[in-house]
Amino acid sequence: MKKKLTLAAALTAATVLSGAASAKTFVYCSEGSPEGFDPGLYTAGTTFDAAAHTVYNRLLEFKPGTTETEPGLAESWEISDDGLEYTFKLRPGVKFQTTDFFTPTRDLNADDVIFSFERQLKADHPWHQYVAGAAWEYFNGMGFPDLIESIEKVDDMTVRFKLKQKEAPFLANVAMPFASIVSKEYADKLEADGQMQTLNQQPLGTGPFEFVAYQTDAVIRYRAHDDYWGGKQKIDDLVFAITTDASVRYQKLKAGECHLMPFPNAADVAEMKADPNLKVMEQEGLNVAYLAYNTTQEPFDKVEVRKALNMAINKEAIVDAVFQGQATPAKNPIPPTMWSYNEAIEDDAYDPEAAKKMLEEAGVSNLSMKVWAMPVARPYMLNARRAAELIQSDFEKIGVKVEIVTYEWAEYLDRSKAKDRDGAVMLGWTGDNGDPDNFLHTLLGCDAVGGNNRAQWCNEEFNDLVLKAKAATDQAERTKLYEQAQEVFKREAPWATLDHSLSVVPMRKEVEGFHQSPLGDFAFEGVDLVE
Amino acid sequence: MAVSLGINLQPPEIEPAMLRFILGRLAVLIPTFIGVSIIAFAFIRILPGDPVMLMSGERVMAPERYEQISRQLGYDRPLPVQYFDYLTDVLSGDFGNSIVTRRPVLDDFLTLFPATLELSLCAMFLAILIGIPAGVFAAIKRGSAFDQTIMGTALVGYSMPIFWWGLLLIILFSGTLGWTPVSGRISLLYFFPPVTGFMLIDSLLSGQAGAFKSALSHLILPSIVLGTIPLAVIARQTRSAMLEVLSEDYVRTARAKGLSPFRVIGIHALRNALIPVITTIGLQVGVMLAGAILTETIFSWPGIGKWMVDSVFKRDYPVIQSGLLIIAGVIMLVNLAVDLLYGLINPRIRH
Repeated sequence: MKKKLTLAAALTAATVLSGAASAKTFVYCSEGSPEGFDPGLYTAGTTFDAAAHTVYNRLLEFKPGTTETEPGLAESWEISDDGLEYTFKLRPGVKFQTTDFFTPTRDLNADDVIFSFERQLKADHPWHQYVAGAAWEYFNGMGFPDLIESIEKVDDMTVRFKLKQKEAPFLANVAMPFASIVSKEYADKLEADGQMQTLNQQPLGTGPFEFVAYQTDAVIRYRAHDDYWGGKQKIDDLVFAITTDASVRYQKLKAGECHLMPFPNAADVAEMKADPNLKVMEQEGLNVAYLAYNTTQEPFDKVEVRKALNMAINKEAIVDAVFQGQATPAKNPIPPTMWSYNEAIEDDAYDPEAAKKMLEEAGVSNLSMKVWAMPVARPYMLNARRAAELIQSDFEKIGVKVEIVTYEWAEYLDRSKAKDRDGAVMLGWTGDNGDPDNFLHTLLGCDAVGGNNRAQWCNEEFNDLVLKAKAATDQAERTKLYEQAQEVFKREAPWATLDHSLSVVPMRKEVEGFHQSPLGDFAFEGVDLVE
Repeated sequence: MAVSLGINLQPPEIEPAMLRFILGRLAVLIPTFIGVSIIAFAFIRILPGDPVMLMSGERVMAPERYEQISRQLGYDRPLPVQYFDYLTDVLSGDFGNSIVTRRPVLDDFLTLFPATLELSLCAMFLAILIGIPAGVFAAIKRGSAFDQTIMGTALVGYSMPIFWWGLLLIILFSGTLGWTPVSGRISLLYFFPPVTGFMLIDSLLSGQAGAFKSALSHLILPSIVLGTIPLAVIARQTRSAMLEVLSEDYVRTARAKGLSPFRVIGIHALRNALIPVITTIGLQVGVMLAGAILTETIFSWPGIGKWMVDSVFKRDYPVIQSGLLIIAGVIMLVNLAVDLLYGLINPRIRH
C-alpha cells in the first residue's frame, strides 16, 4: 500500500506542476483532523466533512442549504401502505471513482447498498469488526438495529428495507453521513488482499470528489471526480488545510491561504464583515441550549415554579455576554431553521417582578438550587460557566439562591442523566438529521427519561403527539402535530430554552456556490472560484 | 601532562571507568522507564472522564452498548491486568492502536515526530546561535547598559506566554507585513511524498523549484516562538558561567601571558563555561517538547505535541500512555547522551 501511495503522490505532484496554471484549487481551512475516512465509524462533524460529503453519496441527500431531503443514489422510492416497507430504486449508471489505488469495473448496484448497511447491522458480518472496537456509533444511536427487520435485493437496481415499526424520520436518517454508500467491489478487493483497514484510510465512493492523500494532522487532498453522476465539479482540486486555532484560521483566510473557514471567534466577526475581501454567511444553527429542571423533584414539579424561573432569566444578556450577539434567544425546543418550527408561540417575557410574585403565589420561598454548568464549550453554549453566573444573578433578583456545580465532561453527561439528580442542568443538542423527532422525541419523550430527557419529564399529551408524528408519513400532518407539541412544551416549561447559536461562515469574496447547511455540514459540491 | 585546557578531541578510548559510567547510566534507565510507564498508565486513569462515554457526547449510550464497547477495548478488566498486558505488549514492540483513529500509535508517532524534531532542532539552533554570544557579551560587559538590556530582554522572553507570542508574530509578520506564511509546514502548491519526514530535506529531494524556500519560510516564525524560552535560559546560563570562569586563575594567567582577548575569552574561558551550558541545553529538550504543544497548535504544525493534546481531550488511552512513554524515552535518551558527553568533557564526572 505504501508503494501505491507514493506513486499516487508522485502523479499528483506532476499534475500540480504541469497543470498548475489552469487548475482551480479550493482550500478549506478545516478545524481539526478527521478521525478516519469511514463515516460509519464516527460521529464527529469534522470527520463527516472530510469523509462523507466529499467522497461518498447517500440514498437520499439533503437539499443544499436545507433540512429537506432529495433523491441521491436512489432515484425514487415507495413506502408501503403500512409504512413498514421502503423500496428504493437506484439511479442507473452511477460511476465509482477511478483512483490510483483502485479501478472499479462496474457501476453502483444493490449489492453496494446492502453491503453498506449490513456491515453495520449484522454482528457476524465480516466487516462488522474490521477495525478493533468498531462501534457503528451513529447507526446504533439512531436506533437502526432495533428498527431494521431486513434489507433485501429485489433486483440489481432495487433495494427494500423492512422495518419493525413505523418510523417517519427513516428517510432523513438514510441521508445522514453514517449511511454513506461504499463500494462493495472495492471492499471485496481489500478483503482478498488482507487490507481491510485501508477502507478507513483510503475511501472510495461515488461522490463529487475523490480521495488523493492525507498527510496526518496537516493536509487532506481531493480531486474532482471526472464521471460524477451530478456533473464534474467546477473546481479541480479540493484541499483541507487543518488549522485548529480559530484566530490562525482567520489570519490564513485574510492572507488568502484559504478560501473558507468554519467556526470563527465571535469577537472577530465584526471585523470580518468589514473586510472588503471577505463575505460572511450567517444562519441559526440546528441546535438549542437549555436549562432542564428535574420535573420529578420538589419544587420543580410545579409548572408555576418552572415558569417563574424561566421569566427571571434574561436571555438577551446571555446571548450578548457569551456569544457577542452571535446567537438568538430560544423560545422553542427546536431551532427556527427546522420545519414545523412554531413561529406563533410567544416566549415568556423577561419580568423579574412578575416572576417573584408567581413564586410567592406558588408558596415557594427561600428556594436554593443547583445550576449545572458544562465544563466545555459546545456549539450551542460557548461558555456555560459565564451563562450560569448570569442565571445565578438573575435568580438572586427573585430571591432564589443558586449554587453552580460542574463536573468533568463525561462525568457531567453521566450524572446529569440520573432521575434523582437535583437542580437544573444546562445542556444542549445539535440536530442529526433535520427531523423534529430528533429533538422533540429524543430529548423530551417519555422513553428518554433517565437518559437524554434531562428534565425527567414525561407528559402524556406531549408524548402522544410526538409518537403520532413519528408514525405518520404525511409531512403536513406531522408538521401540525409537532406544532401542537411545541405548544404543550411551552405551557409545561420543562426547560428554560436559552439560545440557538448562529453558525457563521466567513469566506473569500471570490467563493461562489457555497450553501450554508443548517445541519452544520461543510460540503463543497458545487462551489466555484470566480475572480 | 601539559595543562590540558578545554575539550579533549582525541577519540575516546573506552577505559574501564568510562564503561562503568555508561553501564551505570543505562542501568538507571530501566527502573526509570518502568516508573514512567506506571505513571503514564495510572495518570490518565486517575483523570476523570471515560473514553467510551466521550464517544457518544450528548447522545446517551445504552448501558449494554457501553459494556460491550468497554469489553471490546478491554477496559472492563482489572487495572493491574490491563497494565501487565500493556507492558508485555510494549516490550514486544506493540504500542497499541488509537481508539479514535484506529491506527497503530507507533505509526502515528513516527509520522509526526520528524515534524516536531525538525521544529525543535531549528528552534534550538536559533537559541544557541543567539543565546551563547549574547550571554558571552553580557558577561564581558558586566553591569553595562548592554548587559542590562540583554538580561532584561531574556527575562521578558523567558516569561513570554507562547500562545500569545505566536499570535502576535503571526498578526505582525504574516497578517500586516505579509512576509511569512501564517501556518503549516509548506505551501499547499507543493505536494510530494514524505521520504525522511523532515520538510527541509524532503523539499530538496523533491526537486520542485521553490519548495525548499517555502519550507524554510514556514519554519521561521514557529522556530522563533519555540526558541524564545530556551534562548533566554541559555543566554542567562552562559552569562553566569562565563562570569565564574572569567574570575578563575587560569584566565588571569592566560591574560598575563599576553594572549589576545579573543583567545582568552573565545577559547580558554568559553570552553569551560560551556559545560554547565550543555547541561542546560539538554534539560531544555524537555521544556521544548512542552513548548511544542502550544507552538504546534498555533502554527498548525503536524507534530507530536498537538497529537498528544488532542488525545488527552478524547481520552484516547493508548495514544496518551504510549505517547508519553515514547516521549519520555526520547528525553531519557537525550539526557543520557548529555550525561555521556558531559563525562567525556569533564573527566571528574566519570571518576
